[in-house]
Amino acid sequence: MEIILTSFVFILSLLLGFELINKIPATLHTPLMSGTNAISGITIVGAIISSGSGEQTASVILGTAAVVFATINVVGGYMVTDRMLNMLKKKPRTAE
Amino acid sequence: MDISLFINSIYIISALLFIAGLKMMTSPSTARSGNMISASGMLIAILTTLLEQGIIDYKWIFLGIIIGSIIGVFASRMIQMTEMPEMVAIFNGFGGIASLMVAWAALYPELTDFDINNGYLVGSSNTLLMATIIMSILIGGITFSGSLIAYCKLSEKIPGKAYLIPGQRFISSCIVLALLIFSYRFIFGIATNSTDFIAVIVLALMLGIILVIPIGGADMPVVISLLNSFSGLAACSVGFVLDNNLLIVAGSLVGASGLILTKIMCKAMNRSLANVIFSSFGSVSQTTSKIQGKVKQVNIEETYLMLEAASSVVIIPGYGMAVAQAQHVVQELTVLLEKNDCDVKFAIHPVAGRMPGHMNVLLAEGNVPYEKLVEMDDINGQMSLIDIAIIIGANDVVNPAAINDESSPIFGMPIINVQDAGTVIVLKRSMASGFSGIENELFYGENTQMLFGDAKTTINDLVAEFKS
Repeated sequence: MEIILTSFVFILSLLLGFELINKIPATLHTPLMSGTNAISGITIVGAIISSGSGEQTASVILGTAAVVFATINVVGGYMVTDRMLNMLKKKPRTAE
Repeated sequence: MDISLFINSIYIISALLFIAGLKMMTSPSTARSGNMISASGMLIAILTTLLEQGIIDYKWIFLGIIIGSIIGVFASRMIQMTEMPEMVAIFNGFGGIASLMVAWAALYPELTDFDINNGYLVGSSNTLLMATIIMSILIGGITFSGSLIAYCKLSEKIPGKAYLIPGQRFISSCIVLALLIFSYRFIFGIATNSTDFIAVIVLALMLGIILVIPIGGADMPVVISLLNSFSGLAACSVGFVLDNNLLIVAGSLVGASGLILTKIMCKAMNRSLANVIFSSFGSVSQTTSKIQGKVKQVNIEETYLMLEAASSVVIIPGYGMAVAQAQHVVQELTVLLEKNDCDVKFAIHPVAGRMPGHMNVLLAEGNVPYEKLVEMDDINGQMSLIDIAIIIGANDVVNPAAINDESSPIFGMPIINVQDAGTVIVLKRSMASGFSGIENELFYGENTQMLFGDAKTTINDLVAEFKS
């Protein structure tokens, strides 16, 4: 029954995602993509567990490599999104 | 308190922070704080995971996090705004490969008999788990190799044009069939060694390559959005492997986001997703009828005089503006025009550029206030009231053939109706046709003036004229 529960969570979050993202204006689509890049780095949670399991070498190697890639996504994704949003927020310097 | 109960409670908070962060992305004024909230959700998720009891050795984790952070910080600082599509593409790929590796690593503790030296693998009897692992490998692999190709195309490491590979559909079908066979053998424990598993990985990577290689640059907004969605779905399916709800929630939010963007991009080109992926649009040379009319050319001074007399101007930027890095001079020109009591707006086509919102970010970098940016549908109704429309490096998104030539491949695509404006000034390097390879009758129009040259240099000269 575990799979039914997780599928339930999956479907509901997918629908929630559709509702949320539909309201995001076109101006923010690029930051949205880099921001979701960072969120997809959540796989780091699984990577950490494999990397630290210490039992089978193969798991540790794969886990550690996955930690590297996922961290790039998380750190790079959030930082570049912040950089972009900072530019979007900046007040206009028009002719006065 | 039970440690795993504690960890899972924190995961709920973390998921809520992701949702709240995305909700705040609905307005430019709150978006930055939203991003911070989302990042804090990620931080507490990572810190909490470190408490997991199964972890006995921290040195590899920290090494991985340090290396990843250095690369991440470096990449996010160095990147130019014009290079954002490449960066998003490669990040999609990293998400895919990370998920693939986590699913792969999750396989080992499950195996009943395992000998790394002989590569001998006897599958687990847990069919459902094996199926979710294969699913993660498939999605992760396609995302990784597909994103790498997209990255190479966008950064011009390989030519960005569309290729027509002979028998592409046949080859893809063969790969899919082979994938099904090997996956079946693996999931149901028929496989007696690791060959089947490795075959699934290799085939998934091949499928990603062959799907993206034929797709040309103008269709990249669709491809990046779709791969963005896939990178989320890959994380999501790893969530199924590990029975981790946080991965499922976060992954499906990303999956939903990418799917919506894909839909918006397809709609803006009036094409179906299948058409984008399988048609190699623009790879065949079009045999359109020769367009009647004469191309009229203007010089900087004439353009200046027209602009000086104008009271309303609409600027339509395209990928060419990104290539010429003209966003800063465009803002300078905007300021000068406004000083001259001229109303300036920017009309943004949804698929202008190489990714969703590409033009918006570029103009923001050039300090153009976002209130000046209007969407296609809002500007089209008032186009006849506009004195001058300036087109900077855009082509197909302003091609009237989309409205009045039923034989045109882009017929039916919504465009910005610049032909209705008083005068159209087209900044263009040469008469070469746009990405789709379609002639643009706009350039031969009654009220169209061509201003040839590099967009940045041209606008710089115009700015100089205004100042003198």
